[in-house]
Amino acid sequence: MSSTVISHSAEHHDSHGHHHEESFIRKYIFSGDHKMIAKQFLITGIIMAVFAMLLSVLFRIQLAWPDKDFPILEVFLGKWAEGGRIKADFFLSLVTIHGTIMVFFVLTAGLSGTFSNLLIPYQIGARDMASPFMNMLSYWLFFIASVIMIASFFVESGPASAGWTIYPPLSAVPTAIAGSATGMTLWLVSMVLFVASQLIGGINYVSTILNMRTKGMDLWKMPLTIWAFFLTAIVGMLSFPVLVSAVVLLIFDRAAGTSFYLSDLVVQGQILPNEGGSPILFQHLFWFLGHPEVYIVVMPALGLTSEVIATNSRKPIFGYHAMVYSLIGITVLSFIVWGHHMFVTGMNPFLGGVFMITTLIIAVPSAVKAFNYLATLWKGNIRFTPAMMFAIGLVSFFISGGLTGLFLGNAALDINLHDTYFVVAHFHLVMGSASIFGMLCGVYHWYPKMFGRMMNTKLGYLHFWLTFIGAYLVFFPMHFMGIDGVPRRYYAFTEFAFMAKWVSVNQLVTWAAIIAALGQVAFLWNFFYSIFFGKKASQNPWQSNTLEWTTPVEHIHGNWPGEIPTVHRWPYDYSKPGHGEDFIPQDVPFSETMSSNLPHDFEGDEEAERIQAEWNAQNGRKD
Amino acid sequence: MLDIQAQTDEKLVQRKAQKFNLWLGMLGMFMMFAALSSGFIVYTASGVDKGIKTLLPDTFVYSTIVIVVSSLTIFLAHKAAKNGDSSKQKLLLMVTFVLGIVFFALQVHAWNVLTERGVYFVNNNASQSFIYIFTGMHLAHIIAGLIVLIGAIIGANKLSKDGNLFRMDLASIFWHFLDLLWIYIYVFLLLNQ
Repeated sequence: MSSTVISHSAEHHDSHGHHHEESFIRKYIFSGDHKMIAKQFLITGIIMAVFAMLLSVLFRIQLAWPDKDFPILEVFLGKWAEGGRIKADFFLSLVTIHGTIMVFFVLTAGLSGTFSNLLIPYQIGARDMASPFMNMLSYWLFFIASVIMIASFFVESGPASAGWTIYPPLSAVPTAIAGSATGMTLWLVSMVLFVASQLIGGINYVSTILNMRTKGMDLWKMPLTIWAFFLTAIVGMLSFPVLVSAVVLLIFDRAAGTSFYLSDLVVQGQILPNEGGSPILFQHLFWFLGHPEVYIVVMPALGLTSEVIATNSRKPIFGYHAMVYSLIGITVLSFIVWGHHMFVTGMNPFLGGVFMITTLIIAVPSAVKAFNYLATLWKGNIRFTPAMMFAIGLVSFFISGGLTGLFLGNAALDINLHDTYFVVAHFHLVMGSASIFGMLCGVYHWYPKMFGRMMNTKLGYLHFWLTFIGAYLVFFPMHFMGIDGVPRRYYAFTEFAFMAKWVSVNQLVTWAAIIAALGQVAFLWNFFYSIFFGKKASQNPWQSNTLEWTTPVEHIHGNWPGEIPTVHRWPYDYSKPGHGEDFIPQDVPFSETMSSNLPHDFEGDEEAERIQAEWNAQNGRKD
Repeated sequence: MLDIQAQTDEKLVQRKAQKFNLWLGMLGMFMMFAALSSGFIVYTASGVDKGIKTLLPDTFVYSTIVIVVSSLTIFLAHKAAKNGDSSKQKLLLMVTFVLGIVFFALQVHAWNVLTERGVYFVNNNASQSFIYIFTGMHLAHIIAGLIVLIGAIIGANKLSKDGNLFRMDLASIFWHFLDLLWIYIYVFLLLNQ
């Protein structure tokens, strides 16, 4: 890693400010430019999302009609759907890869990768990332990881199927089930590359934010998006290496015969030699990453929506400092709650109590954020752009999914709810739907910045309503299934008498999922069509305050044609009383807005206060 | 167009940020070993039959000496680079590189010593397997360190004084880190043997 830092630094950076012609490969493929890398991350992420969504439609079909044949499935899936019915082994692969791709490839890399790369240099006023080379490396490692993950569908034994949490022994004993063989190996290889990509990317984000802010951009003038990306990258940097450790031990258990996680196993009638290992050890290491991971997924979404909600409510974000401190609170707490995934592993009840308390405390910063969103919307001059709709959708999911977290975080209730559809409902709402809505909100809002064109608004609304209603119809009924004790990852509900009554609900859920999936066609069409034929964007289409809207629509290397603008104020001066327009960009000095300045704007600068008082006296302005 | 002053300033800022990248990267690497350490502690506490249950080979003492000396030589190389003494810098870097190889060989030798005692990697007492994991993962980082050293040697030939010094800065920070990381691992294992 460090060698790349060194080798790059010396040669390349003399060119800022010059607009030299770049070859096609340097510009579109192995690009070091943060804007191009952001687009690469986004489009790869969208492709992975569509793939994972199709997987979910497949297993939804199986859950709704477990006794029906769909010959068309055999045409596409061959032996995995012999006679038109999805096989049990393949069903497990579907849920595993759906989870893996959605959590890691879409909502981690697709979300952070796109918007951190796009917005960090733009919003803090930098010409590019600290190390453009590392940035490029980060994308290409991610790309290779994506290819390997999808390639696992083309091996004979099928993709990994131990669940996205890959608990041993299913993941550690290659002979355990079909998906434990080559598919699992490919999963591990893909994830190691993925983690490397995220670490390299995350390091770059943190360093860029801390070192490369423009003049005047102190930490408390940063937009909340940047705060969110910053803290997300820190969480990733501290937790992903732990997953690497867990996976290294797992690889040796699989390949070399060590016994870190394995003990007393009989597989296919054969006694394994491994003894003394503990699968719980893996769970501890995994969830030390796994829980922070859910905040890696949701925090960037929260950052994006903070910005979009403030801009489109034409109001300052309510409680800017509280928003930052609650993000910091979530960051710290995310590392000390992993045990709530393991309440039923035979954990010491006292330890369970500790994890329960830390878990429930997370409700505090989360609630602060939810209330601040609502207070920002309150009496705002709301502009319902598609981005704003998705942002409000996030708030809705964050609340309705967050509430069930209180039940699951309770060690006693979790005995009943563990591994049921209640959990599925909870996390699909609070981190799945909420984050994907945050991501879509970001796509609609920053599309003009990325592609210089606007997306179609009407298709945006259609996309929003189909997705929003679809998501609730899919996930809300699952709460009731979970309370009834229906376990997740079961192949056919008709096999158990007590679950049979839920088949009809599953049919509703599947229809909702199919319609919501079709709704995404509206988005895909809108997205790809508008790249070429959308309406040309103006420089600041949303009348926003942050620095990215001071750059020209046409992308140039180095972002600003001349000097980087200096920042004079926080990013949320919307509808400031006394000012002619309802927004004041961050690079407008106070000397140009004498009619709207407030005493606390000057942060105790007596000279400035004196000048303002003089002006007020001359122009008859009170206070 | 930017004036020269602003361009140099931006370059300095970027270098500072890149050096910071390295520190963050080392933090990440340390987290990996911290995770292994906690894994070791949790595993070892799971039964009285667990634990290292052997004395660490003396070879580790020699390898520790070697890597500490290599830290010293890269420090001197860095100093030579500051003074603009390119040939001395290259010589000392080569010495560091050779010491790195010696360290590598000694660690592998220590594995031999352990296996001769019957302390194998594939082991139902995984605390003993952990010794191999710790040293092996550290050696993987040493390989990265050796590549960095080669980069620094090439840089001493090819780059401007300024660029060479920056590269030397990063290389020596990383090499010192590898040294400290080994000392951490060694002390951790000693405390648990």
